[in-house]
Amino acid sequence: MAVSVMTGSRSVATAVKLAKPEVIAAYPVTPQTEIVEDIATFIKNKELNAKFIKVDSEHSAMSALIGASSAGARTFTATASQGLMYMAEVVHWAAHARLPIVMAVATRALASPWSILNDHTDFLVQHSSGWIQIMCENNQEALDTTLQAFKIAEKREVMLPVMVGLDGFILTHTSMPVDVPDPDLIDSFLGKRMAPFALDPDNPLTFGNVVDDKYFMEMRYKMFESMQNAKRVIKEVSEAYAKLTGRSYGLVECYQCDDAEHVIVTMGAASGDAKVAASMLRKEGIKAGVLRLRVIRPFPKEDIVEALANRKTVSIVERDLSAGIGNILAHEIKSALYDAGAKVFVKSFIAGLGGRDILPEDFVNAVKSAASGKKGDEWIRLNLG
Amino acid sequence: MADVNEEVYVIPEIDTKGLEKEFPLSKPGFGAGGKTNEWRLLRPVINYEKCIKCLICWIDCPEATITRGKDNSVAINYDYCKGCGVCANECPTKAIEMVKED
Amino acid sequence: MLLRDVKFEEKWLPGNAACPGCGLSLGLRLLTKAIEKPVVVIPASCASVVQGAWPKSSASFPLLNIAMAGAGAAASGIANAYEMLGKEGTVVAWAGDGGTADIGLQALSGAAERGENIIFVMYDNEAYMNTGIQRSSSTPHGAWTTTTPEGKREFKKDVAAIMLVHNLEYVATASVSYPVDFIEKLKKAEAHKGTKFIQLYSPCPPGWRLDASKTIEVGKLAVETGAWILYEYENGKLTISPISSRFREKKARRPLIDYLSLQGRFAGISQQDIAELEAEIDRKWEFLLKFE
Repeated sequence: MAVSVMTGSRSVATAVKLAKPEVIAAYPVTPQTEIVEDIATFIKNKELNAKFIKVDSEHSAMSALIGASSAGARTFTATASQGLMYMAEVVHWAAHARLPIVMAVATRALASPWSILNDHTDFLVQHSSGWIQIMCENNQEALDTTLQAFKIAEKREVMLPVMVGLDGFILTHTSMPVDVPDPDLIDSFLGKRMAPFALDPDNPLTFGNVVDDKYFMEMRYKMFESMQNAKRVIKEVSEAYAKLTGRSYGLVECYQCDDAEHVIVTMGAASGDAKVAASMLRKEGIKAGVLRLRVIRPFPKEDIVEALANRKTVSIVERDLSAGIGNILAHEIKSALYDAGAKVFVKSFIAGLGGRDILPEDFVNAVKSAASGKKGDEWIRLNLG
Repeated sequence: MADVNEEVYVIPEIDTKGLEKEFPLSKPGFGAGGKTNEWRLLRPVINYEKCIKCLICWIDCPEATITRGKDNSVAINYDYCKGCGVCANECPTKAIEMVKED
Repeated sequence: MLLRDVKFEEKWLPGNAACPGCGLSLGLRLLTKAIEKPVVVIPASCASVVQGAWPKSSASFPLLNIAMAGAGAAASGIANAYEMLGKEGTVVAWAGDGGTADIGLQALSGAAERGENIIFVMYDNEAYMNTGIQRSSSTPHGAWTTTTPEGKREFKKDVAAIMLVHNLEYVATASVSYPVDFIEKLKKAEAHKGTKFIQLYSPCPPGWRLDASKTIEVGKLAVETGAWILYEYENGKLTISPISSRFREKKARRPLIDYLSLQGRFAGISQQDIAELEAEIDRKWEFLLKFE
């Protein structure tokens, strides 16, 4: 146990150092750059024994890791925004190929126009890629989740890559106290990767040749099953990690939820502001709570329904946009509640795009708007002038 | 005359424990592209009296369906030969004739 | 090396899905005769489908399929992983002209610049054949393809020449029509460090409108007319291969029409285009001979 004050980038890089991947391949893109710079420094200082392939593009980064992971190595990369989109073809490939790659995504708004500031659209639009997706609230969680990601991904009943999201600049470039677990503890927690299949001249297998319509669906079904297994595995890995470190994480986090009548649903660093807002609302006599979405895929349907079904209102505040429908997760949440027959008033709020802050007052106003029964999606603090 | 030398084909026994039903993996085997012998319109027939064992047909066959014996004799593997005719075209003594398939 | 010395074993298995007379099928077969433990990466290309369909594969060697742009990168990943894990094998990227010269050029150049320990073979059938014979930057001037029905206006991109200035220990051109030469070049490449590049002339009967039995013959004509130049660049020294060396003098070369007339893709070629092709041949020789 050693507490350091470090940025989210360094927290992720430190987790990578502890996880001991054999091959890292990455291309710089703001605001992920400090993650890969730290990794290069760790390697130079012999704190990490790994190959860091300084590839020619993000597509090459993921392609390189598909190669390395197929060869049996533990692998890592990091990216953001444009880089994630450029890589997208092989992001999907990696999941369908069932390779336990771990990737950190420093969330950032997508162009056009250019913005290097934070929003979650980049992370969320990859939600059908087949990757397990976990979004962190703070730097401690970023370190812990990155470590756990390797274990979750490599489990035989999962064998799916994991995307760890952390808010660009808000977390990546902000320093917080982070407890760094002892390397020996992590060695026993993770161990070496034991690949069930790998490129091997003595056992020559072909990876990924044509599967026709007679079995393609079955292959996808196997992935679907593994995603279902992941819900259980994520919890098991969290428990094992909690035994070592005292810190435990679920698929979601419920804050002041027990008697809450009005729940704010949000994701990432702004969850902290939402928690402050919940306390502010309680001072006014409004029983508010926060449901923080942590695991996006596999979609924690049961946990969400349990947390939201019997409330008066649900205010979903997201910093992403799927133009033509609104927020991305809100629709998944609404459909989960519909399936469960829940009759709760759900309101969707679009906020924080392109780096705009979401303040506690914004969450307070959102809850009040929902509580007033006002229907329709709302955009928070739009300055159309 | 010469027989197909089946020993030249290297296909190790791989126990995949059913992994190929779960992951996109395939094992080496003959006929991964189907019964390619059925593609033939013509089949190569070697006249062994003209054959000088130069091995040119053997090296030029794109399909590995001309096998080489220990004595450098060659034989056509009709199970998969596609009948492309490269062997007949390249044979320096015109020992191979492309004959119509029945 | 003598033909007799080429090994007996076959690791590229019969019954693959390649067209009869396919140059790339022969190329892969020859690869397995040259390299003891190949670990092969194949990006989207004809090679992706000639392996056949799951649950079988015609490859009796470890093979990773990858997206079209990713051959150079995926091969880099395997090479690095193998080194870290202490595994033995020679990593070979086996990409078509499309997956090398066009969509794959960035990843190839990147791998070469980083000195990744891979052999990159560009099997050149001079068009995007797998998707139905569309032009690539490697399609020759005047050739018919489905996207250049008038005959390609542009000239062939010279990828081997591009690789010559990547500071590599070994760059070569080869042809499936000269199998022993190709095998020798692969063995030489394997003995070198960093990225090794070989551009392999690989005829395509359907795409070139060529009789399937003429795959080897057309390749020999390519060399004898000077249209395809076999050479090696090793440790800073460029050598025209002995097979091509006979054709360094223009007067020693057969008339280009002998090569073109075998291929239906040049059936509609104009006299003007033929003259331009001949001039291009002269320019290529002149360029290479400067470095010899």
